[in-house]
Amino acid sequence: MKEKKSWIDFISENTFIHILLSIILGFLVGAIFLAVMGLSVGAAYGRLINSVTSLKGFTYVVVYAVPYIVAGLSVAFSFKTGVFNIGAEGQFVVGAMAAVVTSLFASSLPSIILIPLCFLAAMCMGALWGVVVGILKTKRGINEVLSMIMFNWIAFYLSNYIAGLPGIKNEGSAEATKNIAANASLQFSKDFIKQAGVAPTFNWGFIIAILVTLLVWLMIEKTTLGYELKAVGANKYAAEYGGINVNRSILTALGISGAMAGLAGALLVMGMGQRISIFSSQEGYGFAGIVVALIGCSNPFGVFIAGLFYGALMYGGSKLNLVGAPTQLISVIVGTVVFFISISVIFRNIKYLKKRGNASTKKGVAKA
Amino acid sequence: MNDFINSLGIILYATLIYATPLLYAALGSCFSEVSGVVNIGIEGMMTAGAFTGTVVAYFTGNPWIGFICGGLAGAIFGALHALATVKLGADQTIAGTAINMLGPGIVIMLAKVLFNSTDTIPLDSTQKIPKFFSGLFDTSTVLGRFMDNVFANYISTYLVFIAVIIVWFVFYKTQFGLRLRACGEHPQACETLGINVISMRFLCVVISGFLAGLGGACVTMTISTQFRPISIVGQGFIAIAAVIFGKFRPQGALLGCLLFGFCSGLKVVLGGSSGISMHLISMIPYVITILVLILFVGRSRVPAANGKPYIKSK
Repeated sequence: MKEKKSWIDFISENTFIHILLSIILGFLVGAIFLAVMGLSVGAAYGRLINSVTSLKGFTYVVVYAVPYIVAGLSVAFSFKTGVFNIGAEGQFVVGAMAAVVTSLFASSLPSIILIPLCFLAAMCMGALWGVVVGILKTKRGINEVLSMIMFNWIAFYLSNYIAGLPGIKNEGSAEATKNIAANASLQFSKDFIKQAGVAPTFNWGFIIAILVTLLVWLMIEKTTLGYELKAVGANKYAAEYGGINVNRSILTALGISGAMAGLAGALLVMGMGQRISIFSSQEGYGFAGIVVALIGCSNPFGVFIAGLFYGALMYGGSKLNLVGAPTQLISVIVGTVVFFISISVIFRNIKYLKKRGNASTKKGVAKA
Repeated sequence: MNDFINSLGIILYATLIYATPLLYAALGSCFSEVSGVVNIGIEGMMTAGAFTGTVVAYFTGNPWIGFICGGLAGAIFGALHALATVKLGADQTIAGTAINMLGPGIVIMLAKVLFNSTDTIPLDSTQKIPKFFSGLFDTSTVLGRFMDNVFANYISTYLVFIAVIIVWFVFYKTQFGLRLRACGEHPQACETLGINVISMRFLCVVISGFLAGLGGACVTMTISTQFRPISIVGQGFIAIAAVIFGKFRPQGALLGCLLFGFCSGLKVVLGGSSGISMHLISMIPYVITILVLILFVGRSRVPAANGKPYIKSK
């Protein structure tokens, strides 16, 4: 006889519910911090919700979310294939720079050619950044986490160096590159933005993000390549025994993951950013990608939603100082969410608490 | 020649002060990784230590209380990481990522509450960690200046070198160390011999947080005098890299940290004088690391059970 599932079983077995619970707990911990600091929880969270629910606010969220979604997909893809792409940060940075440089040197091309060309350049650079790490791992046995951390910093300083080169550096006083060529911009026309009342940086990027999400899902779930990569991720010895070339799979996975992180960088500069600043520290889009992938459970659609959620927190968080609450509240909330996701096994144990309860009452009945 | 000796002195000085915080954190990372727990939360633990160290030193006026409290702050986050990964079987990478967000988030919020700014108030010279042999050498001579640069260093630097020896001794010459290493290689076998893997790992992760916290405190109490949100940017990850570079041995991590410190020192000397772009010079440590790995080091064997949650009943 098939037992009917109680709501407790549902809660303890459903990953989506675990993540929802983690998010609620994250906001609870955030509220405790606010209360301890003597700030109004209602005002802060009210501000957070208000700033993302208007049309303008929501379009801002979408604009913010696009690079997070694609970077998150990059990391999620790497998780599925058994490598931890902590190097998404560097791949993101070189991708963004490749897009800017391409747009500046081919600025006369029409948008229909220039935009794909910029994407391609960014993806190639990102893939290169990933594949080199893969080659170091498969040929020389160098730990990929170590080389990725190194490559993140090399990318960071390389980007700063290129941004300061003549022909690329901004002529004004800004410590940044020139703005990308107008033909390479993904932003909607000024008239449309004014008429529709959306965020001034609203751009086509979200369409690309949707497409990439679908493509990743198709690749992972519906293709032989995806199957092979997943098999290596699940158990590389079994995969090798099954006739899959593990080293080649690792290289392919890192290449694809790197290409996506590079694309995320291109989407940032061609959409919201329009140029790259000379940074004093890493911007952290790649690391945000890790968080987004975790919140999204490495499921492409989950990552899409998690990216929107993260974008909302980032945009809403930037408005928090208007009510006197520190922006870092967002890191605390997201950190707590990720912490609870990491220990979501405790939610799974809810049903055992219940079962133990049942067992003891039954025992009681038997005795009586 | 005199110029050369001067420059060498400055490079060595910079090597030591930049290597010290990395080394504390790297020793911490050794404890955690060797016992079988991946700890990428080192960065967040360092940030917590960096903030707490300088704040406590500022309010108490005593650098040593600050330094120790910096370590304790790191240990608190270490305990959080241990709770998730060791007690509750969490994915170690995910929990570490959470620590890296929580650490900076919480301390920068505290900075805003205490100082109404994201930066803390700079320490004065009595609140910083004192220097050993300060004023012992006659800095009017070239040799004296060299000796002053190299040996009149922060006490924390001397302490960390002693710590390397202690950790090496603990790892390879004591029963505790043997058990610790065994926990990272084959926890099931350990348990059958009556070693409590859970408490062993828990302790190691807390120690790792403590050492990372000390490392963070070193940054804000020696190299600079205040905590800022950009005080700890990547040092934790560099420390982890140094540990992998050093094949998960404290003496190897020492080499890795000195290499990074040396490159930072080179940056300080070259950056001022030569016409080479600062950005390219800053890239040197990372490129050298990759080259050293390709040419000399190669495969770094990770402890066999590293990263796998240990579940007792399995």
